[in-house]
Amino acid sequence: MTTLDTLSVGQSAQITEIQGDDAIAIRLMEMGLTEGEMIHVLAVAPLGDPVEYEIRGYRLSLRRTEARRVQIQSSPVA
Amino acid sequence: MPDVLKVALIGNPNTGKSTLFNALSGLQSRVGNFPGVTVEKKIGRVQWGASTVELIDLPGTYSLAPRSLDEMVSVNVLLGTQADIGQPHAVVCIVDASNLERNFYLLSQVLDIGLPTVLVMNMWDVAEERGQKIDVAGLESRLGIPIVKCSAHKKTGVSEIQAAVHKAVAAGPRTVTQLFPAVFVTESQLLAEKLKGWGHPNVAPYLLERLLLDVGGWLESHFGGQHAHELFQYLQQARERLAAASCKVPMIEARTRYAWARETLKGLVVQPAARAVTFSDRVDQWLTHRFVGLAAFFAIMLVVFLSLHTFSPPLQDLLEAGQDWLSSQVASLIGPGPLRSLINDGIIAGVGGVLVFLPQIIFLFFFIALLEDCGYMARAAFLMDKLMTKVGLSGKSFVPLMSSFACAIPGVMAARVIENRRDRMVTILVAPLMSCSARLPVYVLMTETFVPDIRWGGFISLKGLTLFFMTFFGAFVAIPVAWILKKTLFRGETPPFVMELPSYKWPSPWIVLRRVYDSGMSFVTRAGTLILAMSILIWAAGYFPGNHQESDKIQAQIEEFEKQPEPPQEQIATLSEKQNELSGALLESSLLGRLGHAIEPAIKPLGWDWKIGIGVIASFPAREVIIATMGTIYSLGGDVDKAEPNLQNTLKSSTWPDGRPVFTLPVAISIMVFFALCAQCASTLLVIKRETNSWGWALFTFVYMTTLAYIAALLVYQIGSRL
Repeated sequence: MTTLDTLSVGQSAQITEIQGDDAIAIRLMEMGLTEGEMIHVLAVAPLGDPVEYEIRGYRLSLRRTEARRVQIQSSPVA
Repeated sequence: MPDVLKVALIGNPNTGKSTLFNALSGLQSRVGNFPGVTVEKKIGRVQWGASTVELIDLPGTYSLAPRSLDEMVSVNVLLGTQADIGQPHAVVCIVDASNLERNFYLLSQVLDIGLPTVLVMNMWDVAEERGQKIDVAGLESRLGIPIVKCSAHKKTGVSEIQAAVHKAVAAGPRTVTQLFPAVFVTESQLLAEKLKGWGHPNVAPYLLERLLLDVGGWLESHFGGQHAHELFQYLQQARERLAAASCKVPMIEARTRYAWARETLKGLVVQPAARAVTFSDRVDQWLTHRFVGLAAFFAIMLVVFLSLHTFSPPLQDLLEAGQDWLSSQVASLIGPGPLRSLINDGIIAGVGGVLVFLPQIIFLFFFIALLEDCGYMARAAFLMDKLMTKVGLSGKSFVPLMSSFACAIPGVMAARVIENRRDRMVTILVAPLMSCSARLPVYVLMTETFVPDIRWGGFISLKGLTLFFMTFFGAFVAIPVAWILKKTLFRGETPPFVMELPSYKWPSPWIVLRRVYDSGMSFVTRAGTLILAMSILIWAAGYFPGNHQESDKIQAQIEEFEKQPEPPQEQIATLSEKQNELSGALLESSLLGRLGHAIEPAIKPLGWDWKIGIGVIASFPAREVIIATMGTIYSLGGDVDKAEPNLQNTLKSSTWPDGRPVFTLPVAISIMVFFALCAQCASTLLVIKRETNSWGWALFTFVYMTTLAYIAALLVYQIGSRL
C-alpha cells in the first residue's frame, strides 16, 4: 500500500482509501476521490508543489500533503 | 402560482452559474451581503410572463455540507430558514454537461432537500464538441425532474428554463428518494426522536443527515442549544454504531452519492471511445509546465501591468482635464467665496482625486475577468501556491495581492475568489501594504528633492534604487504581517487547496464587460457617497474658521486682470504671491492647522513639523493629497505638481523656528516610509468594510497600518539622523 504523492507524472493508480475524517479528507471525497477510482498524474508545479491530477474526467490540483492522505494500490500503471 | 416566485440558483464553481444568473436577470440585480457573514447576496428580479420572479444566486460550491456559518447560508436559503429570503419555491441546479458525474454529487444533495428542482445542463455545446451524447429524456424520467440543455454564454436554452421552473413548481414538492442504506435511515430517525425530546420537534430531514455526516461541521457545534453537549456525545456514539455497520462517516456520503451518480448516468451518457486530446489539454500541457509555464505566467503578468501603465494615464489625464474644465466653469459662474471653494476645492478636487483611479480599476478588472473566464486564473494559483504557502497563504492570494500593486481597491475586491475565510481575510488585510500607484507621487517628490544624485555607470542611480526599494518595501513588510495574522487572529488548520483546474475556453465578452461594469459602478458609487462626504469634511476643516474676505477680494482682482486682452503679468504675479501667503496663513489658523499644531509633539520624533502634520491629516482620503496640501501650506496655492520646481525649492528652504532646515534626507525617508505603510486611503478602508461586512476590520486595518507606519518612520528618522 502506498500514497498518491509518490506517483510521478504520467502514472495512474487506483484509489483504495482516503485517510481521516477532517476537512481535507472530506473535501477530497466530495471532489470524487473515492475507493476504486482511477487517478492520473498530469503535471507538477514549477516549485515542486502542488500536483495536477485527472480524475472522473476533470482536472484537479492537490498539494503533496493532501495527496499523502490518499491511499493507492501499490502497482502504478504507467 | 404565488405572487412572487422565489427561485434559488445553485451549482459547482466553473459551471457558468454567474453567466446564467446574468442572462436570466438582465441588469436588474441587487448585490449585498447576507447579514452577519461575508457571503455575497445577489438577487435578481424579473418578469416571467405573468409572474414576478426573484432569483437568488447562491455561492458556487461543490457540496452542501456546511463547515462554517458562511457555508450554512446556502443550506438555510434552500430550507427556507434564512429570514431575509423566506421560503424558495424552486431551486435551479446548474451542472457542467461535460463533467456530469462530479456535478451530480451536489445535485444529489440538492434533491435530498425536497424542493421542486430544475436541472440545467450548461456548456452543452462544449460537451457536444467533445463528442459526448446524453439521453436527456431518459435522464429526465430517471431523475423525475425537468432538464434544460443550455449554453448560457451563447444565451441558448435560457428561455426554456422559465417554462421548466413553472412546470416544476406546478408539480409541487418532490418525494425524496432515500439513497443511504437502511442503517443510516434508522439512525436518522433515532436522532429525530432524540432532538424532539430536547425541544426540537421538526428538524428538516436534510439537517438530520448533515448532523450525522459532518464530522466537525458547523451544525454539530451550533445545534441543540442547551443540549449541545449531549447532542455532541450522542452524535459520536451514533457514528460509532454506523461505522460498526460498515457505514463509516464521512466516507459513506461520498460512496453513496457517487455510486448514485454513476448508476443514474449509466447507459444514458455515451463518451467518445477514446478521449481525444483537446485544444485545452495541449494548452494546459504548456501553461502548467515547470519552465514554460512559469515563463508564460511572468509574460502574462508583465503584459497586464505594462498595458495598465500604458492605457490608464491618457484616460487619467482626460479625467483630470475634465475636472479642470469643470472647476473653471464653476469659477466663471460663482465669484470667489465659500461656495466656490466648497465646490472646487472640496467636492471636485476631493471626488476627482479618487475618480482618477477609475481607468486603472477598469483595466485591471478587464484583465482579471478575462483571465478568470478563460480558465487561466486557477493555473496562476497552481503555479504560485508553493511560494504563497511560505507566509501561510495559498496560491489563490497571489493575484489579488499582485493587483494591489496597481491599486488596493480592485485587489481587495479580487480576494473574493478565495473561498477560505481566514485566507481571504489575511489577503484583504495585507493587500493595502502593496505599493499602489497613489504612493508614487509622494516617492517621486521626496526622492527627486532630497536623495543625492549619485550614479554608477550611467544607468544605475541612487534615486532609481530608492524608488525601486520603496515600491517593494510594503510587500516585504506584508510577509511578516501575513505570517503573524495567520498565527494569531486567523489561526487554524491549513485549509485544503483542493482546486479544480477548469478546461480552457474562449472568454465571453459579455461576462467580461459585465464584470468590468459592476466593479466600475461600485467604485463610482462609493466615490459619490462617502468619499464625497469625507472630502467636504476635510475641506471644511481647512477652510473654517477664518476670514477669507481679503483673499477672495484679491482673487477677484486677479480674475479681472486675466480677463483683459493683455493681462498685466507683473501685477498678477504680485497679487498671486500675496494671495498664496494669505491662503497659507488662513490654513494655519483653520481647524486643520490647529490640529497640525496639536499633533506636533507626536510627530516631532519623526522629524516632522506641524505643516507635514497637516498634510498627513488632510491626506486621509487619499495619499497623494499630501502634495496639494503641502503646496497650499507652503504658500504656493493649491495647484501644485510633484515635478513643480517651486515646491521642491520651498521644501528645501523651509526651516524650523531656530533656523535648522526641516527637510533632511532622514526626514524625507521617514515621510516615504510612513506613506508606504500607512492606511491613508478612505476608498480602500471603505472597500474593506464592504468586503468583510464589518467596520471593525476597516478600523483594524487603519490602526495596524498607522501604528506600523509610525514606528517605521520613527526608527528611520531616529537612526538616520544619528548616522
